[in-house]
Amino acid sequence: MANTLLLEIVTPDRKVLSEDVEYVGAPGALGEFGVLPNHIPFLSALGIGNLHYKTGGKSYYVFVAGGFAEVSGNKMTVLAEVAEKASEIDIDRARKARERAEQRSAKAKENVDWARNQAAMRRAIARMSCRESGSQAGTC
Amino acid sequence: MASLRDVQNKIASIKKTKQITKAMNMVASAKLRRAQERIERFRPYAAKFYEMLRELAGGADPSVHPLLEVREEIKTTGIVLVTSDRGLCGSFNTNLIKAAVKLAAEKAAEGKTVKFYCVGKKGADAAKKLEHEIVKSYRDAMGSFDFTLGMEVGNMIIDAYIRGELDEATLVYGEFISMARQEPVVLPVLPLAPEEAEPGEGGEAAASQEFIYEPSVEGLLAELLPRFIKVQVYRGLLDTSASEHAARMAAMDNATRACDDMTDSLTLLYNKTRQAVITKELMDIVGGAEALNG
Repeated sequence: MANTLLLEIVTPDRKVLSEDVEYVGAPGALGEFGVLPNHIPFLSALGIGNLHYKTGGKSYYVFVAGGFAEVSGNKMTVLAEVAEKASEIDIDRARKARERAEQRSAKAKENVDWARNQAAMRRAIARMSCRESGSQAGTC
Repeated sequence: MASLRDVQNKIASIKKTKQITKAMNMVASAKLRRAQERIERFRPYAAKFYEMLRELAGGADPSVHPLLEVREEIKTTGIVLVTSDRGLCGSFNTNLIKAAVKLAAEKAAEGKTVKFYCVGKKGADAAKKLEHEIVKSYRDAMGSFDFTLGMEVGNMIIDAYIRGELDEATLVYGEFISMARQEPVVLPVLPLAPEEAEPGEGGEAAASQEFIYEPSVEGLLAELLPRFIKVQVYRGLLDTSASEHAARMAAMDNATRACDDMTDSLTLLYNKTRQAVITKELMDIVGGAEALNG
């Protein structure tokens, strides 16, 4: 039995990651789920949040927004519209995005773009926490 | 007969034009390479995406999703026309516009209202000139774009479709077949017909594994289908961009060669003129000398 699984993260613009890992935790649409090697075939939609994986005793973090994860044959493929490793996240941009989103939601009462605004806020917060977790784990 | 100076000036100006066309050719070839790299990078995503879609679409009832529903009465049709922002690329944009206009005429003949969504300045200008209804145009977008643009355009037509402003939508873009061939493609995108989704490059027969689906097959499809449209739009954008640069390369190559031909024939004319002038002067001198002697 293999004790690692192959994790691949691809976005339309690039292949973000392809690595053998020991554990993956991902933000599923119905909540967090964990994947260990030799997982049964599994297909899930992803929400906005942080994916993290362990390899060589270290934890790494990747921000993902909207996408799918497929686990089959000891391989996990993540198709995300946006994916950024913790080390690639522009923390200032995320902070500004969050401020903008807060200002907008404070102003608008019955905004039709409320959902969009919420999503922007969640993305910004997830990016910031991803960066933070990454630096705590010493991997970015 | 043109004077010597005129011919000389003309040669100089053509040589300058040639420098420009040559430079544009090189710029286009660099840009083409980048566009092709982006298509390469998009391929793994697209292949996996089609594979997932096939796995899911097989097991689900297609009538569950609004994007799959074929409306009985089609009143308005949307045309998403993707062209380049800049000209000087041969008949590339003309062909795309012609394809879109032909489609618009067909739809109008069926009594449908046609609405245009334009990406790229050339198409937007043409649609405006022909007085078509333009809902939205993205100008100067083709220079640098990423998946966000595909998402934006995709979301726009999906929203319009769901609100009932559109009953169907077609994408017109330039497919990159090879360096020498780029052809306009007319691709109906809405309502969706996922079983016609072209096979991804991965191609392997999906082993009939028992997957656990989360939230559910229908839930996943509801997420996948709108994305499918965005993937198609993005692919159209990428292809058009590569085609544009390939077309420009070919056009500039032709122009450079035409410059060479013109310089050759003008140089010949220049030499002939020069000789004629010399001969005439000699004749004058000889004639003058004869008169003195005589």
